[in-house]
Amino acid sequence: MKHIHETMLDNGDWAIEAHGLIKNFGDNRAVDGVNLNVRAGTIYGILGPNGAGKTTTIRMLSTLLRPDAGSVRIFGYDVVKESHIVRQLIGVTGQYASVDESLSATENLVIFSRLLGLGREESKRKAAELLEEFGLTEAARRPLKKFSGGMRRRLDLAASLIAQPPLIFLDEPTTGLDPRTRNQMWDTIRRLVKTGSTVLLTTQYLQEADELADRIAVIDRGIVVAEGTVDELKSSVGNSSLHLRIKNPLDIETARYTVEKVLQAKVNVSSEGGKIIAPMENADSVTDLLIALRKAGIHLEEFSVQKPTLDEVFLTITGHNADEDASNASEQLNEVEVR
Amino acid sequence: MKNTAQSIGNRQLRKNTSFGQTVRHSFTMAYRGLLKIKRTPEQLFDVTLQPIIFTLMFTYIFGGAISGNVHNYLPVIIPGILVQTVITTSVVTGVQLREDMDKGVFDRFKSLPIARIAPLAGALLADTIRYTIATVLTFAMGYIMGFRPDGGLGNVVIAGVLVIACSWAISWIFAFFGVIARTASSVQGISMLVLFPLTFLSNAYVPVKTLPNWLQWFAKINPLSHLITAVRDLINNGNFGLDFAISLIGAAVIVAIFAPITVRAYMRRT
Repeated sequence: MKHIHETMLDNGDWAIEAHGLIKNFGDNRAVDGVNLNVRAGTIYGILGPNGAGKTTTIRMLSTLLRPDAGSVRIFGYDVVKESHIVRQLIGVTGQYASVDESLSATENLVIFSRLLGLGREESKRKAAELLEEFGLTEAARRPLKKFSGGMRRRLDLAASLIAQPPLIFLDEPTTGLDPRTRNQMWDTIRRLVKTGSTVLLTTQYLQEADELADRIAVIDRGIVVAEGTVDELKSSVGNSSLHLRIKNPLDIETARYTVEKVLQAKVNVSSEGGKIIAPMENADSVTDLLIALRKAGIHLEEFSVQKPTLDEVFLTITGHNADEDASNASEQLNEVEVR
Repeated sequence: MKNTAQSIGNRQLRKNTSFGQTVRHSFTMAYRGLLKIKRTPEQLFDVTLQPIIFTLMFTYIFGGAISGNVHNYLPVIIPGILVQTVITTSVVTGVQLREDMDKGVFDRFKSLPIARIAPLAGALLADTIRYTIATVLTFAMGYIMGFRPDGGLGNVVIAGVLVIACSWAISWIFAFFGVIARTASSVQGISMLVLFPLTFLSNAYVPVKTLPNWLQWFAKINPLSHLITAVRDLINNGNFGLDFAISLIGAAVIVAIFAPITVRAYMRRT
């Protein structure tokens, strides 16, 4: 019964290898053949609108849901056949805070620590240590009902770190958080990876994937529609572009003529506020352009180089806007940001 | 990257939970259940009020009609009410389990390397505190109303433990309903539907021989009748009869059937 054995990392450095994952709920195929490979020590983002199959995928990867077809290996261990071993290697933070509402923060952490095999005193120490690290010490004794959304998420993440698992799943870790708390959460996630952990997170916010993830899988209607680094995904859409805002709107035509002449490309002029957008193929030519503009006596109000946003990426890949499906969610985000 | 490999390599990974771990996990989950009861003491209203009200009500309503007076009825009715009250309390276990399972925290329990049975066994174990409260209060009410069991205190305690153990076994049935049902209120509905005929079509309140023949047949095979008879034998005569054995075997059979299928249903449920 008691098989205690040392793990060997004979499968290279893959934290997650998933092949052909399929999950049906009744007639609805929630996940339709997802393949994912996540390298140990990186942050991997699964990006997609609501209902794309992100949560179902993460639940299958983390042993919470049995796949209808396909296979998943976590550090080389099969999630179905060796689920007990896999559970010793992962921490899961669900979309809805997976902590006990009626108990206090300390009680929650102590119970999870005890379940993970820590002794009574050790559990108390661990709980205090994690609460300190996540800035929750003052609220330690309060019941969670009185916690804010951000505090709850932090406690939730703290609970996933008790056993210092090498792989951490975060299902939409910042949904519903205000911008300041969201930035704190991002910092925490970055810190985790520095200590050697691997993080797999899902998000419907393109900016979040952009900020955090080393690699991204874009998932739509249960299928991975694109995969790669953030830069690869962006360059698959097109080059960077140059954005110029002209101080005096009367100069706009002259400016346009100058830009087109120097960059030798066709430019767009946006109707409002005298904005010129030009494709930038050669970064060196920008110097020439700025000199030419000064010679022509055109004053700039704003000047920037922009890579295509992930929104554009999403639109190009899926043929529909991320916001269309996730309109509710992004409205929520906007509300939060306005506050 | 080397760092990660090492931190995995140093881990001692177990393929299964040992029996000792299973017991420890279950007790930790029971501790969680007790903390929850401590945080929301209002959920103990039913187990405190029901024994008091039912004992008063049924004794004074039926006492004169069935046993001539209230005092003679007490040895008959106290075991009946005891079993009915405690078993009814075990329905709450299933209802609360359903509510609990809908919360996110159960996802975390599932993702932890713990025995699969622990969250269920822990919840059921914690609820024995409710059965104990109901048992003590029922006997206390009986005592206040003048009931002095001939079997003595020792046998009263044994009878109490028997009822608590059997209720714990029966709570696995309601836990099963709790796991497979869609909502908490449907658990309540199904369980009450099962429980009402079982408790009333028994020897709890009236002598079985006053019932029509077909009903006598049911009342005699009703497992609750055996449990009630076992309690009566114990506290009134100090006897461990056949019914005592039947009750214990019945309880063991229920656990043997319902614990595995409940855990299986629990694991299959997403």
